[in-house]
Amino acid sequence: MVKDNNNIDSTVLKSIVDQLKDLPGALLPILHAIQSEAGYIPDDSVPIIATALNLSRAEVHGVISFYHDFKTVPTGAHRVQICRAEACQSMGSRQLEAHAKRALAVEFGDTTADGRITLEAVYCLGNCACSPSVRIDDSIHGRVDQSGFDQLIADIEGGEG
Amino acid sequence: MTVFYIPQDTTALALGADKVAEALLDAGSQRNQSIELVRNGSRGLFWLEPLLEVDTDRGRIAFGPVSAQDIACILDSLSTDPSSHPLYLGVVDDIPYLASQQRLTFARAGRGDPLSLENYIGLNGYQGLHNALQITDQQIVDQVRESGLRGRGGAAFPAGIKWQTVLDSPSDQKYIVCNADEGDSGTFADRLLMEADPYQLIEGITIAGLAVGATQGYIYLRSEYPLAHSLLNKAIAKARRAGYLGADIQGSGKTFNLEVRLGAGAYICGEETALLESLEGKRGVVRAKPPLPAVEGLFGKPTVVNNVLTLAAVCTVLEQGAEAYKDFGTGNSRGTLAIQLAGNIKRGGLIELAFGTTLREVVEDYGQGTYSGRPIRAIQVGGPLGAFMPESQWDTPLDYEAFTAVEAMLGHGGIVVFDDTVDMSEQAQFSMQFCAIESCGKCTPCRIGAVRGVEVIERIVANQDRDNNIILLRDLCDTMEYGSLCAMGGMTAYPVRSALDHFAEDFQRSGPDKAGDN
Repeated sequence: MVKDNNNIDSTVLKSIVDQLKDLPGALLPILHAIQSEAGYIPDDSVPIIATALNLSRAEVHGVISFYHDFKTVPTGAHRVQICRAEACQSMGSRQLEAHAKRALAVEFGDTTADGRITLEAVYCLGNCACSPSVRIDDSIHGRVDQSGFDQLIADIEGGEG
Repeated sequence: MTVFYIPQDTTALALGADKVAEALLDAGSQRNQSIELVRNGSRGLFWLEPLLEVDTDRGRIAFGPVSAQDIACILDSLSTDPSSHPLYLGVVDDIPYLASQQRLTFARAGRGDPLSLENYIGLNGYQGLHNALQITDQQIVDQVRESGLRGRGGAAFPAGIKWQTVLDSPSDQKYIVCNADEGDSGTFADRLLMEADPYQLIEGITIAGLAVGATQGYIYLRSEYPLAHSLLNKAIAKARRAGYLGADIQGSGKTFNLEVRLGAGAYICGEETALLESLEGKRGVVRAKPPLPAVEGLFGKPTVVNNVLTLAAVCTVLEQGAEAYKDFGTGNSRGTLAIQLAGNIKRGGLIELAFGTTLREVVEDYGQGTYSGRPIRAIQVGGPLGAFMPESQWDTPLDYEAFTAVEAMLGHGGIVVFDDTVDMSEQAQFSMQFCAIESCGKCTPCRIGAVRGVEVIERIVANQDRDNNIILLRDLCDTMEYGSLCAMGGMTAYPVRSALDHFAEDFQRSGPDKAGDN
């Protein structure tokens, strides 16, 4: 799961763009594919995408910066998202959020010093009947209290041995 | 061979369904017991998840909520007397929470493997498409119009009228776009449907394509739903292989292709024109209307944009007829509403009922009060842009017009319950903050107004010239409501105003105002 985020091969980048560029409305699928490969959207990819789609670099940059999902710097090996939406608030997510920031010693959007975890806010994971909800990579956890959160983080660390 | 069912559904998995499944298979092999495990969808009784169901000669019985440690004991009870087990719930269809519902769209949810096409067809799946293939495009649109079906995404626009406009707009290319960007807090009905019964959505979209003459469909799915993404892609591939998508659908000579596109974490893309921009590969910035998407939509072509539940309901209309569907409901709200009971609630889940049940009945009879056991103080209906309702409004029937009459909104049917520890000034401030974070930035009242709203509420709570700042906040709400291009800025006023109107004491916590003396 740990990816070397610093150097995505430019031939890989070009082949992703080539494969997808003829889709109608190809930009979001291309950005998703690059981020899923590299963990973020490297600056180098912007001119390549712009040329392939006949867009300006400003237009590509504008789209990347509009959407919360797209990152322009490398993120941690794992993404931990805490739901901040109303259903989770009604079950104590404000306290959970404060606890998570303390426990990991980061703010939302930041990565822990060891590069393991990026903490993010999210607005609704669709698990609103069993709040508060936390997403770790692609798995969603319900009824997460403070000790439950600590356990989930310990499981991440343990899983990596 | 005994058949067991454990859901693969986001909420069930979030509560440990995979561990229960693993424990069941382990116990089976240890005991040399022959076990078949079906990973079904969820019934939507989320307070009972993980729900374990077992086929018996008495019918399908259920246990829940089950953890891995309960498995041995449950297996023991099956060979003696299952009803003696403390988690025993009886025959699943007789559980009152489920038995009292009027399930049309969610009738199949949880019955079997969501990806089994045989299971889908066995439970009347693709009957609607079969019927649609026997009649003309105009007749399909007529059926939808006569059913009274209104858009389930929130705006409640009559689906038949939208379809008629697209049918009547000549073009070399038309599109069906399914809005699966279910971003409202407290809502999960779209997700549940896509995870439990994805073929129904695929069928509904295909019927829409036949009705208006579109050959390409897109499901715009939010990226927060990874499981729905994977299930939809698998279901589309299977439907295509079985001749339900692609060229010459079921030998009819008609073509329809379908693709899932992933959003990227922007709430505003649930707004239909922002969604179309996003699908075109642009920033999700709202378009001015007119032109309506039905006339100039995706890539400038006539486009039907409907919510997941609207398109799914079309299957029921075409299968059972417009009249049968219309028999459910009240006034101009026909059919059933997928109520999603969430937040601080003891028994949260999906409740499909004909329109007209009161909010109090849902929260008290189905929900059984708060999860915390404390009194309910406020209920937010319709997502982050919906009003906070005080107890005096809980007898409002769940129908579009009745909610509008009390300055509230039914929206997508999400109900979020708060107990008496809630601070409504914090909630009002969050509403403004959320709008500031998620605004697309196109129009000033929303982009700047929301930021100013956060600041004004901060001053009110800190008792800085409180009375005048409350006047200012109300004025700001009016400006946002009447001056914003779409519902994001326009309806953020609703939760804020409702908090001011019904929970005024929460804005006075730091003592009476001394500065504002007018």
